[in-house]
Amino acid sequence: MKTITSSKPVEEVMGYLEKCQKVYIIGCGTCATMCHTGGKSEVLGMKEKLEGSGKKVTGWMIIPTACDELTKYALEEEAERIKEADCVLAMTCAVGVQTIALHLKDKKPVYPALNTLFIGMEDSPGHFTEVCLQCGSCVLGRTAAICPLVRCSKSLLNGPCGGSSGGKCEVSEDIPCAWQLIYDRLAEMGRLDEMEEIEPFKDWSVSVTGGPRKIDAEAECTTTS
Amino acid sequence: MKAGTKLERILASGKFAVTAEAGPPKGTSAEAMRKKGELLRHCCDAVNVTDNQTAIVRMSSLAGCLLLKQQGIEPVMQMVVRDRNRLALQGDVLGAVALGIGNILCLSGDHQKFGNHPGAKGVFDIDSIQLLQTLRMMRDEHKFISGEDISGEVPVFIGAAANPFADPFEYRVHRLAKKLKAGADFIQTQAVYDVPRFARWMEMLTERGLDKQVHILAGVIPIRSAGMARYMRDYVPGVNVPDEIVTRMEKSESPKEEGVKIILEIIEQLKDMPGVHGIHIMAVGWEDIVPDVVAKSGLMPRPVV
Repeated sequence: MKTITSSKPVEEVMGYLEKCQKVYIIGCGTCATMCHTGGKSEVLGMKEKLEGSGKKVTGWMIIPTACDELTKYALEEEAERIKEADCVLAMTCAVGVQTIALHLKDKKPVYPALNTLFIGMEDSPGHFTEVCLQCGSCVLGRTAAICPLVRCSKSLLNGPCGGSSGGKCEVSEDIPCAWQLIYDRLAEMGRLDEMEEIEPFKDWSVSVTGGPRKIDAEAECTTTS
Repeated sequence: MKAGTKLERILASGKFAVTAEAGPPKGTSAEAMRKKGELLRHCCDAVNVTDNQTAIVRMSSLAGCLLLKQQGIEPVMQMVVRDRNRLALQGDVLGAVALGIGNILCLSGDHQKFGNHPGAKGVFDIDSIQLLQTLRMMRDEHKFISGEDISGEVPVFIGAAANPFADPFEYRVHRLAKKLKAGADFIQTQAVYDVPRFARWMEMLTERGLDKQVHILAGVIPIRSAGMARYMRDYVPGVNVPDEIVTRMEKSESPKEEGVKIILEIIEQLKDMPGVHGIHIMAVGWEDIVPDVVAKSGLMPRPVV
């Protein structure tokens, strides 16, 4: 599982740092390194950029996995240099940003340098596609293991709309029509009759709109074992 | 009778129906809506009022329908699932019925990317097929999606769209069957230019007997210039304009007349096609041509039922 990120526009990052003269930069050795958005070379590139615009970088580090509990100890080790800074610039995914802010002893702003996009599938080296919405009630069993909630631009649950043309989505030539893919896979398996079943109303209460979701994996294991 | 609207009575009596589309203004003028209504009053049986068509904000369909209704013109309220969740959709259905609006067309809606607020959040809480299901449940079982009871009757004549020109082509008949199963009483199709492809689709559905279970109104859009023909061929999602029609428009010295001629030829073929119960004219921004098109198609005067 990889969290896919992209760099925020420089102007937005500089906007956050307007009131900060001294900055501490944190990158992440896992997903952001792989996406070339928050690895060592990007962190050093950012350092150069900030110094070029007259700011002081009090220090930097690449936390092996910024979203992990161990981030706490990495922050403790660098406490002095972080203390010296007016803010922390996190070149990590949003989970990393929040983990850093949570464990920072010396309270100061933690600004994101990246946009967190999606949980992606690497379909060719360095090329990622969003394949799961994390909706909380998986429909893949009825859609030939292709998720229409993210791969169809309208999240349609009951087949392709009138904008599917030549296998492409009406929104862009670069987007394959998810329902054409589902149709083709079902056809290959001789299961096209399933396309006439009406998909029930979706329960969005278990998704993003239902409030923050929590799982106690320990308790789940206890109850199922 | 499901709702007893004029459109339903005409279709039920086996007469050939004519509907037309009127887009509400990008502003607050009731007069603009009424003007379109007056143009269309005598040449069609009901007027569709679009719902933020092509994802461009306009006066709401519900308000547009009410303005037509006050003029004594029967509206078809279009509803897209792009802009409202299940609470808002059901609430607007109750409001429409309370105001005497009886025809409702259920659509997905063009993607917000095409409109004037491309950064909008597309709602898509339910899809168009589930909206059909919702309306049927509200009408026949007096229940909301949640299963709770609705007080009062919900007499609605339920419409759906169909696009035989979209892909995969073989699936399009299954999709129609699915819409019937969900609750569609009538269908208004995407604009027909490629008549042979439309005829193949009609054949496939009449073979399954679907034309006996639902009323199909074939969509037409009169073209007024070569530029419009090219634009529709190249940029309008889901519309399929054959090159031959574009060429005819390009070569013509009076393109408006040629456009009318083309549309009349298409209507002539549609009128004779087994299973087609009417036409739906979408004269986007050229509503004043509709009376002429209907008259020249031999579809005037409109029946009184």
